[in-house]
Amino acid sequence: MKAAVIQFPGSNCDFDMYYALQDFGADVQFVTEKSTDLSAYDAVFLPGGFSYGDYLRTGAVARFAPVMTAVQKMAATGKLVVGVCNGFQILTEAGMLPGQLMMNQTPGFICDEVKLTITNRQTAFTNQYIDATTTIKLPIAHGEGRYVADDATVRMLHENGQVVLTYATDVNGSVDQIAGITNRSGNVIGLMPHPERAVETLLGNTDGRPFFESLLATIITKETVEA
Amino acid sequence: MTALLATTHEPTPAEIAATKPYQAWGLTDEEYMLIKQTLGRLPNYTETGLFAAMWSEHVSYKKSKPVLRTFWSTNERVLQGPGEGAGILDIGDGQAVVFKAESHNHPSAVEPYEGAATGVGGILRDIFSMGAQPIAVLDSLRFGELTDARTQHLLNGVIDGIAGYGNAIGIPTVGGEIGFDPVYQGNPLVNVMAVGVLDQERMQVGRADGSGNTVLYVGAKTGRDGIHGATFASAEFSSDAEQDRSAVQVGDPFLEKLVMDATLKAIQQFGEAIVGVQDMGAAGLVSSSAEMAGKAGMGIHLQLDNVPQRETGMTPYELMLSESQERMLLVVTKGHEAAVQAVFQEANLEAVVIGEVTATGRYELTWHGETVADLPVNFLTQSPKQTMEQVKPARLQDPAPDFTPHVADLTTVWQDILAQPTVASKASLFRHFDSMVRTNTVIKPGGDAAVVRLRGTKKALAMTTDVNARFTYLDPYIGGQRAVAEAAGNIIATGALPIGITDCLNFGNPDDPAIYYELAQSVAGINEMARQINTPIISGNVSLYNETDGAAIYPTPMIGMVGLHTDTADITTISFKQPDDVIYLLGDTTADFNGSELQQLQTGAIAGRLPGLNRDKLSATQQSVLAGIQQGLIASAHDLAEGGLAVSLAESTFGTPFGFDVTVPWTDSWLFSETPGRFLVTVPANAVDAFETRLDTTYLRLGTVTHDDRLVVTTADGTVNLDKARLQEAYEGAITWQRS
Amino acid sequence: MYIAQITVTYKPSILDPQGEVIKDALARLDYQGVTSVTQGKYFEIKLTATDEQSAYEEATSLTEALLINPNTETYRITMLAEVEA
Repeated sequence: MKAAVIQFPGSNCDFDMYYALQDFGADVQFVTEKSTDLSAYDAVFLPGGFSYGDYLRTGAVARFAPVMTAVQKMAATGKLVVGVCNGFQILTEAGMLPGQLMMNQTPGFICDEVKLTITNRQTAFTNQYIDATTTIKLPIAHGEGRYVADDATVRMLHENGQVVLTYATDVNGSVDQIAGITNRSGNVIGLMPHPERAVETLLGNTDGRPFFESLLATIITKETVEA
Repeated sequence: MTALLATTHEPTPAEIAATKPYQAWGLTDEEYMLIKQTLGRLPNYTETGLFAAMWSEHVSYKKSKPVLRTFWSTNERVLQGPGEGAGILDIGDGQAVVFKAESHNHPSAVEPYEGAATGVGGILRDIFSMGAQPIAVLDSLRFGELTDARTQHLLNGVIDGIAGYGNAIGIPTVGGEIGFDPVYQGNPLVNVMAVGVLDQERMQVGRADGSGNTVLYVGAKTGRDGIHGATFASAEFSSDAEQDRSAVQVGDPFLEKLVMDATLKAIQQFGEAIVGVQDMGAAGLVSSSAEMAGKAGMGIHLQLDNVPQRETGMTPYELMLSESQERMLLVVTKGHEAAVQAVFQEANLEAVVIGEVTATGRYELTWHGETVADLPVNFLTQSPKQTMEQVKPARLQDPAPDFTPHVADLTTVWQDILAQPTVASKASLFRHFDSMVRTNTVIKPGGDAAVVRLRGTKKALAMTTDVNARFTYLDPYIGGQRAVAEAAGNIIATGALPIGITDCLNFGNPDDPAIYYELAQSVAGINEMARQINTPIISGNVSLYNETDGAAIYPTPMIGMVGLHTDTADITTISFKQPDDVIYLLGDTTADFNGSELQQLQTGAIAGRLPGLNRDKLSATQQSVLAGIQQGLIASAHDLAEGGLAVSLAESTFGTPFGFDVTVPWTDSWLFSETPGRFLVTVPANAVDAFETRLDTTYLRLGTVTHDDRLVVTTADGTVNLDKARLQEAYEGAITWQRS
Repeated sequence: MYIAQITVTYKPSILDPQGEVIKDALARLDYQGVTSVTQGKYFEIKLTATDEQSAYEEATSLTEALLINPNTETYRITMLAEVEA
């Protein structure tokens, strides 16, 4: 897999994502927000952090970065686009995913490991969570993770199986405890939890590993089909 | 409006001599006379301001220096001792660890969010100005009693400020500690420690060497914020002098991240051409530029018109003394400016040539074509020596008799101790800090020390901050010793070798001989224990005048310590690991209740004499623990501190499905004794013989880890079954985030 | 020259957690008469436009392009003519 990790000014989980992908044997490269061509990559990752200081609104300035046009193009061609935390916020601001991430219901940044339910195990990003146990634990680290969307949108997300991850308890006031969603065609995902922080035994959590294994399996399957 | 401003001129040198505005800036008449004599003329307004800032205690340490000079700061690992942005220690393989702690007490008392935030920003600049990548931040905080509304406001602001800056810049906040005591009510303590790592070949120092070399200004523009922040930190608070508390700066973590990344990139790519790097911290441009020239024995000439300015109509005085944040000064070899500037410009940052290094030894400032300051660098950077008087405080002459506790109901006292704010879990506060970003944090907040692995190696660094002001109050010398011993205990319990110390010395008004005595004695105690443990003091900071309306805080030295793991496999946590592991208490236990949490709980105050430490015994116990961990014999290890064995036992079960069944040969109250130098460790049953034969210290075999959550303790007073859930509730429920 | 004064607030249906916290704090300070608090953002933007109508249109356009997220936020614009000094 050829993977691009986008570095916006203020991204700070860029290296974490880079090392996690490297750990799974991906050919990873950093790409600045100024680049305009991502056609060489199988998947693109918008990492966590505080792009443009989170000033104005989270993700509001980053969505206008030149690279976002290339990200849109990738998504349109069916390639995988992953937004984690601030990356998720950028994807919603850019209109690539519905809804918006707003300030936690109880104001304040939360850094913790929380229980999550995988509500759709058929997606490009969750197909390797094959254990019968659907509850996993992943780190979260955000002040603006409350997922908000209107009723019709939420209903549509549920009906189409676009809700991928939900919090097992009410962590931040998200509607229906939504923690991660895909777009309608299933190749773009945004999630507040950080799977890249949960890939090493030494750091005490490996529940993020199947997330990356799913991605890899999806890309390999796609390549086989196309060949 | 502008026309009006232009006509208001600064006082002339003669007017300054007559009206003495310098007194309000902290410069004494004697110092002013000395300046006049040495220069052979009257200093102008700008020059007077430069001296006031450079000779303030906050910048010059003129009052604390006689004591600071005594710090032991050399051993085989030390690559850089005190005097630079941060100290540096060799950790092998061509790598080095860089660390320093700094206080931001006064700004945080005025504006807790920005005070704490800029504290984080400032200490990180100290680290990356040495060429090191910051890897972790720790916070040591002291507040008044939590029941007080103002304390809650301060606590919330400080927690929010640390989170706001540290989380955004993406350096994990991995540890620290938070304590509460009425003495900090009007004067909270915000001490921040930062740790970084560098390749030794990329080491930088803050020196302006090489005549003709270029002085480059990098980062944020200069505004009028924080003028005279340094002199502000060198004066006591008076609660009715609100108007003087305006020296607060506002931090921009987004900008600092860009400055940090670009500075490190510039050093990596053009390290040969970069002669020196220094953060513009206290007393901003004047202190950074004068110190860089002073350390190199050179002169410096700055063209102030070139300094990037955020506001219009700024004067040289304001430009030089501004404490605007996120600014750095670089000295670059002549001819290499463009390459270095390009690195910063790529990140949309200012990188402007503002002057050059000279061979004159003069500190020269030009503004609109005129010389506005021309001073000898060495005179400006070396404040007059001060002799400080010391007197043993009256309370130490005749200490109160020993405190003898009475524990009527063990269960209740155990629960109450766990709910004491100083002991209770701070998880609800620490959870606002991103402790995991950079994905290297092995032990997060809540352990004895934090542990951060060094990616790509088998190594890891353990780090802790420790304060034991109650003991320093009862005996500054022994308190100082105990603070270092306690820090080392925390490092060792994770399986790391303690390698060095940074400190923040938080004290009251040094002109009070009793307070100066406390400062000198604490430092002597710290020094002696540091030598014993082989942990040189390589950096630090002094915060004096921590008083409100004449009432000083406890003498509060904060010890920041770093330890080295040569193999991540040795990393050990406090939690019990499996049923039937044998529980040991290592080290002697005596009736140590003076200054203890139990005394505070039962009497509402602390008093009494502290017994002397047996340093050799303490070292032997610590070495036994470290050896046991490295030999793979110890499954869990926990240092004993506030609340004694009772607290450590309980904490070792929380978050595990296990309990314990232990027996001690004492009366109930001794479970809360705070004899220093002790550890609670567990050893797998099959390793017990090997463990005991290699032990080189006193030990008690207490019992075993049990498979369910029953906590059973037998003392000379009988057997008690404790309710784990209730203990945990007391411990975790005492402190909750109360945003206001 | 015109100055657009733009106030951005959450739509009434959207929870404003900061407003709620401030409201609670005011209650603790015994301000009994407070029934609701909304926290918003305020912008002042200088525009070179020569007439008020085109200045207003530009302000509206840039507000909708960047300053607000139309899912959750709404805005109010007041125009001021800047008097040459």
